[in-house]
Amino acid sequence: MSMRYNEDVISLLEVPVGETVCLLSVDDSLKAKLVQYGLYAGDSLQVLRVAPLGGPVLVGVNGREIALGRAVAEKIFVEAE
Amino acid sequence: MRIALIGQPNCGKSTLFNQVAGYKAETGNFSGTTVNFTESRVRVGGEVVELVDLPGAYTLDAGSPAEMEAVRYLRSQDVDVIINVADATHLSAALDLTLELLPLNKPVILSLNMMDEAARLGLHIDGEGLARELRIPVLPLIASKGRGVKGLFLKSLEAGRKKKVNDHLTLDAENRHVQARELAARFLSQGERISSFRDRLDDVLLHPIWGYTILLFVLYLFFQAVYGIGKLTEPPLIALFDVLTNKALTPFLPGSLIADIVLGIMQGIAAGVAIVFPYLLPFLLGLGVLEDIGYLPRIAFLMDALMHRIGLHGKAIVPFILGYGCNVPAVMSTRTLEEPRDRYLAAALATLVPCAARLAVVFGLVAFYLGPLLAFGLYLFNILIIALTGRILSNMLPEDTPGLIMEMPPYRVPTAKNVVNKAWFRIREFVVEAWPVLIAGSAVLAILNYFDFASVFNLLVRPVTWIMGLPSEVGIPLIFGILRKELSLVMLSQALGTSNFDTALTATQMTVYATFVMFYIPCLATLAVLKRELGTKAMIYIASLTVVVAMVAAMVVRGIGFIL
Repeated sequence: MSMRYNEDVISLLEVPVGETVCLLSVDDSLKAKLVQYGLYAGDSLQVLRVAPLGGPVLVGVNGREIALGRAVAEKIFVEAE
Repeated sequence: MRIALIGQPNCGKSTLFNQVAGYKAETGNFSGTTVNFTESRVRVGGEVVELVDLPGAYTLDAGSPAEMEAVRYLRSQDVDVIINVADATHLSAALDLTLELLPLNKPVILSLNMMDEAARLGLHIDGEGLARELRIPVLPLIASKGRGVKGLFLKSLEAGRKKKVNDHLTLDAENRHVQARELAARFLSQGERISSFRDRLDDVLLHPIWGYTILLFVLYLFFQAVYGIGKLTEPPLIALFDVLTNKALTPFLPGSLIADIVLGIMQGIAAGVAIVFPYLLPFLLGLGVLEDIGYLPRIAFLMDALMHRIGLHGKAIVPFILGYGCNVPAVMSTRTLEEPRDRYLAAALATLVPCAARLAVVFGLVAFYLGPLLAFGLYLFNILIIALTGRILSNMLPEDTPGLIMEMPPYRVPTAKNVVNKAWFRIREFVVEAWPVLIAGSAVLAILNYFDFASVFNLLVRPVTWIMGLPSEVGIPLIFGILRKELSLVMLSQALGTSNFDTALTATQMTVYATFVMFYIPCLATLAVLKRELGTKAMIYIASLTVVVAMVAAMVVRGIGFIL
């Protein structure tokens, strides 16, 4: 199967507050880390809030709330549900 | 029989352990407070069993030191039964770990904790269905209220005696997660959510303006309370120790070596007491309250952006806040950071934060003789220097930190018992690790002093004092300041032969001296903790770093003083 360019794929950073998205993939450097916090591809993430001045993004996932720094959120790729 | 408790961070595992074992494990509302596991003998239904509390882990795929610790234990020791404590309000995430435990071929009991909170959220879990599907016992639990504890342990005994284990498939992480999600979807139903108290509170506490306002206010109250208690309790404690020291000295000839050694030992003991009771204890109690409420992760969330400017992330704010009270708990708290690089950097920078004892020096010298405004200026200067040092160090430590990934726990009401026991648990670390070093160091200094090493000391640090433009006599107070920071003020009057410092030192000299004291080598107690947390090499590096930073900062102040 060839990779298809999909313009619906965006980084978590670009998701507006309140939106729910589906986690597609993450940068390899982060995979193990996110698994430790129970985040996997296919999970649905809701962006709950964003801290000011380039602060972290707070997402709701599987009933938990997880704060992700911008450098982390940037490497998480999602798609609108 | 040996029963192991395992669960994800914040699932209430330590609370359960404490219910049966009497307060031994440290519980907190901040991921990763239990790094070393605790073992305890408990009596269950007439039988004595070994109960082991393992560090919280989201998965057994080793990651943070806490998780690796849990894996090592489960694989190495002969564990008869595993109690998997799961947070019922996060069933899908919790089942990830359960599915990983099943193939270990040990009897597993799934204990669904926080059923009361789940009910409040309108969650209904079909426990029987889940038990049939997983082929293991599934029991409800409210550990904080002790409900379901007895039944859980009786069931565990029964499972341990039978040793009957069903075969389970080993799945990889992705498949485990998919299955966990499916199980949660099948056996969990969402009713009406009763309370959104947390959301409303977070709306305020994480607000771009109110959040920071409240944070400043909370920290202000916190420090006011701690310093207030410290100021009230320190003088009588020191007075008491003066009396005790005189009593201890009476059998010995004044001025003899023995008398000096006894004096040194008493001073070492007093130094420990003067740190622990007035400052460390109120600090740890206050921290325990903030931690149990769940406010610390909120502070980390708010401060993440700023902490990035010095090469760290939000979680590293805790050591900095603690550092203003005492560097010892500050260094201890770097344990909650996952990356070794972050732990190192945070510990190095936290030791540059002026603790309560160094505040005494800045106040006694700068604020008293030159005005509080200049003292306040020195504090701002300190923050600037720490930020600069952070930037330089993070450039020298090239490994990239992945950034902040942190669970935001729900708010909980702290219990007095829990807070007190946690403070005691941490104080014990100080008493065992740092206090003996203080006492021994104090005795050694007393011996050196007896053989009139004063001139040697002064000569030894003369290059440092000369560059800073200070009289050579300040060498002794600076060396004793390593023992306990207030000594660099107390002994200054002895060294200079007057307690009116303005007659012996110029305004610039006083400011330079206070600046140097604010940064140079952390006290012995902190050094001992640095050694334990990061190793001897790191301790030496950090101590040397602080001397360099202190020299540079003092030179800058001297330069400014010269121009003005």
